Amino acid sequence: MHLVDNVLLNIVLMTLIKFAGFVLAFVMGIATVLTWAERKYSAVLQNRIGPNRANLGTIRAGGLLHMLADPIKMLTKEDFAPNTPNPILFRLAPLLAFVPALLVFAVIPFGPGDNFQVSNTSLGILFIFAIASLNVYGSVIGAWASNNKWSLMGGLRISAQMISYEVAIGLSLCGIFMIYGSLDLQDIARRQGQLLLGFIPAWGIVLQPFAFVLYLACAIAENKRAPFDVAEAESELTAGYWTEYSAMGFAMFALAEFIEVVLIGCVGTTLFLGGWTIPGLHGDAWWIVVLEIGGFAFKTVFLIWLQMTIRWTLPRFRYDQIMRLGWRILLPAALLNLVVTGIVLTFVERA
Amino acid sequence: MTMTASQKLTQIRSELRTEEAEIVHDKMIINMGPSHPATHGTVKFVLTLDGETVDDVDITIGYLHRGFEKMAEAGTWQQVLPYTDRLNYVSPLINNVGYVGAVEKLWGVEITPRAKYIRMLISELSRMTDHLTSIAAGALELGGFTPFLYGVEAREALYPLVEELTGARLTTSYTRIGGLAKDLPDGYEQHMETALAHVEQLVVKVDKMLTKNRIFYDRMMHTGVLSQEDAISSGCTGVMLRCTGVDWDLRKHQPYLAYNELDFDVIVGSRGDNYDRYLCRLEELGQSIKMIRQIFKQMPGGPINVGDWRVCLPPKDAVYNSIEGMIAHFKLITEGHQVPPGEAYFAVEGGNGEVGFHIVSQGNGRPYRVKVRPPCFYAMGILKKLIVGHMLADIVPTFDTLNMIGGEVDR
Repeated sequence: MHLVDNVLLNIVLMTLIKFAGFVLAFVMGIATVLTWAERKYSAVLQNRIGPNRANLGTIRAGGLLHMLADPIKMLTKEDFAPNTPNPILFRLAPLLAFVPALLVFAVIPFGPGDNFQVSNTSLGILFIFAIASLNVYGSVIGAWASNNKWSLMGGLRISAQMISYEVAIGLSLCGIFMIYGSLDLQDIARRQGQLLLGFIPAWGIVLQPFAFVLYLACAIAENKRAPFDVAEAESELTAGYWTEYSAMGFAMFALAEFIEVVLIGCVGTTLFLGGWTIPGLHGDAWWIVVLEIGGFAFKTVFLIWLQMTIRWTLPRFRYDQIMRLGWRILLPAALLNLVVTGIVLTFVERA
Repeated sequence: MTMTASQKLTQIRSELRTEEAEIVHDKMIINMGPSHPATHGTVKFVLTLDGETVDDVDITIGYLHRGFEKMAEAGTWQQVLPYTDRLNYVSPLINNVGYVGAVEKLWGVEITPRAKYIRMLISELSRMTDHLTSIAAGALELGGFTPFLYGVEAREALYPLVEELTGARLTTSYTRIGGLAKDLPDGYEQHMETALAHVEQLVVKVDKMLTKNRIFYDRMMHTGVLSQEDAISSGCTGVMLRCTGVDWDLRKHQPYLAYNELDFDVIVGSRGDNYDRYLCRLEELGQSIKMIRQIFKQMPGGPINVGDWRVCLPPKDAVYNSIEGMIAHFKLITEGHQVPPGEAYFAVEGGNGEVGFHIVSQGNGRPYRVKVRPPCFYAMGILKKLIVGHMLADIVPTFDTLNMIGGEVDR
């Protein structure tokens, strides 16, 4: 009995520690930095100075203190609620958007072995799909409960868009599963550490370059960021589904979006950029592990940077153009990619 | 009796059809404006939406009505001028030029060649700020925040020039009946050349980010299509008319000031859609830059004001040191310009089209009536036709390329 208790306690404790270490420290850390980095980076692109006013006395740190100032402002300002028949749903919606976004990181391998993954489940990527798709409820319920026609239209747009792109994103990743023969993310990452022909890393982006482009397009659409941000299109729908949210409610929606940016970076790294592996570097030495975790973070940050550049470069689609792109271009392209991958794999296995 | 498969199918289909017919299609009525991010300026669209498609729209203007025309009747002829700054507040200098042009036409005053060239210079400067605003705001409304800021930066390169010349960015009041408030400052050509080079650079950036961008192209192409007949019958002028393929530019076809001495092209579109209007504006920016360089090359010397003290204020030296100068100054300020009775219409090519002033004088030093012909007002009349039947999201670029300026429409 004691033994069982100890084992259970150990599992729970380890999970909590790992969750705090990776999800809270790593993911939330990056997401918080992103709230500053996105504004600063867009300022660089646009010949502006960007946020630089938050200060502690004389310390300004290039506006980095805005990461502190923003939460304080969000926590202390009035949390306005519209006159809505669904006040409970209205309060629940930001949580529904926020929690799934964080939960998904439970299966991301941040480094080699179980120690660097909160939960090693063989379902891996399926878990991500299952949980990430819950995200749409937060936005739609928030839009509905806001009792605002502009919000409602944003909610309608978002539900159609997210459900459509979920199909394409799933299919675009199928090629990866076929090549590596696994759904387990740790497994996929490890297999990408091998070399092809002795010098090319066996990364997903090398074997499935087309799928990477599809994944990135669909993932940004899933996350409803520009150029797919019709749901909040400020020039059309004032602010779409989060029009009526203020203070922390708004902040949670915004933070959920940033967390998903990190998520897209993490999943993209794990599936396409070799995960934590570094080509030609194997071993259990502590410095190799540190390098590998650093490599994972670096690749993730690279994908986040890519998303930010896209966000600040492209104008917005129209709602029907997004649907057409999703169903008529991205979905057939993903299917085609799947068929070609299947044929090539069959030949390779026979040879 | 047993049914065959095909009979069964027919029955199911008919049932489905009745079910579908029973779904009530409610249309949503929604207010877009008067305070809405897309209605820069203040205008209200009462939309009847069928899903995302605009079924009907009721456009309400007048939220920015300040009674310009009535106010104009209260002051002297020269005192009307500051009000004209606030008509099209993106290109106030063109309004200044248009108003004094009308008074001079009624009076039969011929201004000096240098004043003509400086008036052309400020017109083209203002046209550039106007077009840059329209292009930049268009990018912003389609979610392109970066090209927006490039456009605004280009505009910010030009505003200091306006400020250097007139002392203000917006409330310019630069022209005077019979001339100008003051001559060009020293080194103005040099400053202008620096600014123009900066603007050219930024316009190339905007061009690269937008013109061949597939998303931007899809949003603008074939949306907000205006037919040539509609454009002419509704009285559209400027880019709204030229985008449909009508070759009509007051600077070319009714040359005023010294525009017939300049070498420039009239930019004409063919489809009459948003993309054409965007391209027209982009090309006209280049034409304006070209014209400003020509103007500086051909700029004649001499005075900026006519020598007649009944038209222009005498120089301060004459006011303080001679009795004639003192009297002329006193009479002009207290009694106003003694514009002879009659009426006149004078129009200039503004940022959005024909800015016309129809003035009536009774010869008592004050305007009897000042009627403005704002180009956007007529374009707003045809806007409904461009919106209805298209999607909600198309209102935004269409309304932007129409470039409504509240101060001008509502007066």
